[in-house]
Amino acid sequence: MSPFLILVRRDLGRAFAHGGAWLPVVFYLLVATLFPFAIGPDAALLGKVGGGALWTAALLAALLPVERLVRPDIASGILDQITLRGQSDEAIAAAKLAAHWLSFGPPLMLATAPAAALLNLDGATFIRLEIGLALGTPGLAALGLVVAALTASLRGTGALIGLVMLPLAVPLLIFGASAGPGALKLLVATSLLFVAGAPFVAGAALRAGRT
Amino acid sequence: MSRLIFDDVACARGGRMLFEDLSFTVGPGEAALVTGPNGCGKSSLLRLAAGLLAPAAGTIVRDGAVALAAEAAALDEDRSLIDALAFWARLDGQDKQAVAQALAAMQLTALAEVPVRLLSTGQRRRATLARVIAGRAPLWLLDEPGNGLDTAALEALGAAMEGHLASGGLILAASHQPLGLTHTREIAL
Repeated sequence: MSPFLILVRRDLGRAFAHGGAWLPVVFYLLVATLFPFAIGPDAALLGKVGGGALWTAALLAALLPVERLVRPDIASGILDQITLRGQSDEAIAAAKLAAHWLSFGPPLMLATAPAAALLNLDGATFIRLEIGLALGTPGLAALGLVVAALTASLRGTGALIGLVMLPLAVPLLIFGASAGPGALKLLVATSLLFVAGAPFVAGAALRAGRT
Repeated sequence: MSRLIFDDVACARGGRMLFEDLSFTVGPGEAALVTGPNGCGKSSLLRLAAGLLAPAAGTIVRDGAVALAAEAAALDEDRSLIDALAFWARLDGQDKQAVAQALAAMQLTALAEVPVRLLSTGQRRRATLARVIAGRAPLWLLDEPGNGLDTAALEALGAAMEGHLASGGLILAASHQPLGLTHTREIAL
């Protein structure tokens, strides 16, 4: 097995080992459950605003795993040991990105089925939302990793993570929740940009944190 | 042939010069012991040797793979000891047998299935050393390897180090206590 796959497998195992990966999913479903209580039992209205509500929920759910992405590995000396074995910081970040998306994107897409039923979304909106999440969650995962690497050596980062990450995620939210033509293409473009840049930004942050 | 050469190396941390003009060579079958008071840069010297820090001046030549036993165990707390070690063995291109031998060398075989988070300080230290042994890297960098070890474990460590040197390995260790190594060169900071 290549070192990249070994690293991805370890991160995936850690994410699912103690239910940590299910936390964003539970949060997402919780929002989908609470929203109808707040808006009221107006099926038509719920169907209309439900898609946007789920996107906002996905965005906030993406914040939850950020703190455990990089910091524990630095504290336990594991990142140092991986670096010692000749892995570049960029390769480590790319492996972390792949593992983070796998533990975050697909579970969220699965949870969208019950969430859409709770919000009375019609078939077309549901399909549109699933496609949007498939394209947008890699971008969210990339942002999460970058913020995790940037804040790994700081103290008390709980609120800081949201403040840094949410403004950057606004394009994903706009293009993901928009039903207009071309929105999906712009979503792909934004997501690709984040995914392509994340290993380098996160890698540089890891390197800077080591000295 | 693996070797470690420090040539006029200086190390600065946080704007403070820890040591300057440090030169030494460690060749196959040789061990060097770094000594000095707390905070004089022993751990930094090992991180320099590992390539995790860049020297402020001078050059460091390092041939061959490196295994570092630093203060942190670098083992996944929630996994069993053998699984946590197997992860590093896979990255090092070693098989299960290397892990089993390392566990036996550090007298940890009985604890193989215990989660890392339940290990005591001394057991954790032994697990860290088992990780170094299982990697089969020629250059061992050991930061206070004897800390928290009981007499039996110290003897096991001494035997492991002698075996490593006998098979042409290199050891650079930082320690306050004597490690039972013969023919050790001392680098006083």
